[in-house]
Amino acid sequence: MTSTAFAFPGRSIEAVPARKRAHRTNVPLIAGLIMFGLIVAAAVFAPLLAPADPLAQDILHARLPPFSPGHLFGTDTLGRDVLSRLLYGARVDLRIGVLAVITPLVLGTVLGLIAGWRGGWVDTLIMRMVDVVVAFPFYVLVIALVFVLGAGTGSIYIAITLVGWVAYCRIVRGQVLVAKEQEYALAARASGLPTRRILFRHLLPNVVLQAIIFSMSDIVLTILAIVTLSYLGLGVPPPTPDWGTMIAEGQNYLTTQWYLTTIPGLCVVYVGISLALVADGLVQQFNRR
Amino acid sequence: MIAADSAPPLLGEAAGVAPLLEVRDLHVEIPVPRGRLHAVRGVSLRLQPGESVGLVGESGSGKSITLRALLGLLPAPAKIVGGTILLDGVDITGMPRRRRQRLLTDTMSMVFQDSLTALNPVMRVGDQIAEGPRRKLGRPASEAKRIALDLMAKVGIPEPDRRYLAYPHQLSGGMRQRICIAIALSTDPRLLLADEPTTALDVTIQAQVLEVMDVLRKDADLSMILVSHDLAVISQTCSRVYVMYAGRVVESGEIRALLQDPRHPYTFALLRSVPDPDAPVHRLLTIPGQPPDLIDVPRGCSFAERCPFVAPICVASEADPELVVLREGVDHASACLRWQTADSWDQVAAQSSIEGPQ
Repeated sequence: MTSTAFAFPGRSIEAVPARKRAHRTNVPLIAGLIMFGLIVAAAVFAPLLAPADPLAQDILHARLPPFSPGHLFGTDTLGRDVLSRLLYGARVDLRIGVLAVITPLVLGTVLGLIAGWRGGWVDTLIMRMVDVVVAFPFYVLVIALVFVLGAGTGSIYIAITLVGWVAYCRIVRGQVLVAKEQEYALAARASGLPTRRILFRHLLPNVVLQAIIFSMSDIVLTILAIVTLSYLGLGVPPPTPDWGTMIAEGQNYLTTQWYLTTIPGLCVVYVGISLALVADGLVQQFNRR
Repeated sequence: MIAADSAPPLLGEAAGVAPLLEVRDLHVEIPVPRGRLHAVRGVSLRLQPGESVGLVGESGSGKSITLRALLGLLPAPAKIVGGTILLDGVDITGMPRRRRQRLLTDTMSMVFQDSLTALNPVMRVGDQIAEGPRRKLGRPASEAKRIALDLMAKVGIPEPDRRYLAYPHQLSGGMRQRICIAIALSTDPRLLLADEPTTALDVTIQAQVLEVMDVLRKDADLSMILVSHDLAVISQTCSRVYVMYAGRVVESGEIRALLQDPRHPYTFALLRSVPDPDAPVHRLLTIPGQPPDLIDVPRGCSFAERCPFVAPICVASEADPELVVLREGVDHASACLRWQTADSWDQVAAQSSIEGPQ
């Protein structure tokens, strides 16, 4: 109740009208989308762009430095073209990164919605499960799961989903706890709409934004996780090109062929920056309303 | 300014019409760290079909909580701990939760105070109106849309076809509140609960929105409970009023009788705290102090501490004084033990220290 006790009718304050702000250009969003779009395009068109077969070995031309004729980023220890491997590696890493974020996003969001809305023992049960997962360091759990399930992309999906959903669940639950006391949620309940309808039509669109913004940085974390797993030999099995494997293979030659580790590393950084910009831009975009 | 054409409640009863809603001795408690906050302490209400009553009181007097308790939408820790609610003469308090909720939402709709938060920000307003008919009443989509457009026209929204596609933030406060009214009416309720529906609007729009609500209410023969802190708003649309203070009804009755002849010091002070155009020299009254602590309720009448006319008898007994009918056959009740002294209150107020600065 915002009213004072004995307000005279003449004193009521007019509701603040919807602000109509001039549409400024959302620089971070556009920049981020362009950056991310470029690397996605590079991954999609890898077969056209790659100058060589990423698996073709050529021992005679191994460890060529960058800007060698025909090999822009040089060749690795087996004489494979680094640029081609980067492009094909992007396909693997981006695909796993995005897919391994979508399943935990959906799973965590649905569980968070239910926990926040129902409360009581349902909430307690779900949040205790969250606590169990959170109690272990992320990598320890992922590595243990992948180790048990066996190396490979399928295991990576499963492991990251089982560990990653908790963050989304927590975010969405917190948002639901706030949103369900908002008058529009009360109004929906008061008009006797089915619970499913209230949850997915009224609450979900209002709470999912935070989760989506978090997923942007989560994609980067997931790609890092894949890279780390591959580095540890638990990720994408060789000879499939992927950035983590490339970094791992190149580390022995860090003093002589620094570019073998540095260039794939920069690719990870590039993706990270582009998605961070997208997340920032999304926040800006939706705060304008 | 008084709704003259609504029948006095006593006539309705005499004609044998069962009350649409009857609340008996409702108690609501909210557990807080210090104990239990007794937000509603024995409220009784009665509402005939087609009747419109007001619930007036200051912030924290329990009027909104009462309304939300009626709809089964109390905020999380708050709980109904006593009393009965009868809908069409049937006690719904003992019913299984799902069935009760079904019955309540079938009968009632609610209009909220802040139309900006009461509308889903990411859904087109037209779809929000059509949602009730579509999902609750199970009408086909095309018919639901037609109902929504009809309602938009009825509540006075120009160009419904175009506004149907608008989002809440694209409409003005008055338009949004009209949308909320349309939503409330979209499920064919018999009772409209309005929680300070005009508080967030400016005065000219307030009058329009009240007018729209009143016309539509009479059209559809709806009952209404209007919650407000503003007696002027209530006197425009309601035939009867309940004045609430510290979780209790302290005075109730036919609106005209209550406005002209208040028989509880709180109502008296409420009326004297707004300027009266007919008596320009009148000093405005302020009510000193704060409402009592509802966790540890003081002894006797809860208004005694702030009452300018307090006497030893007011705090002589442990409990709050009961609401008593002043004269047999007249719809006017007060919970003041000294209501007979009301004729002298104006004089006492003029002399005592409670008067505001000139």
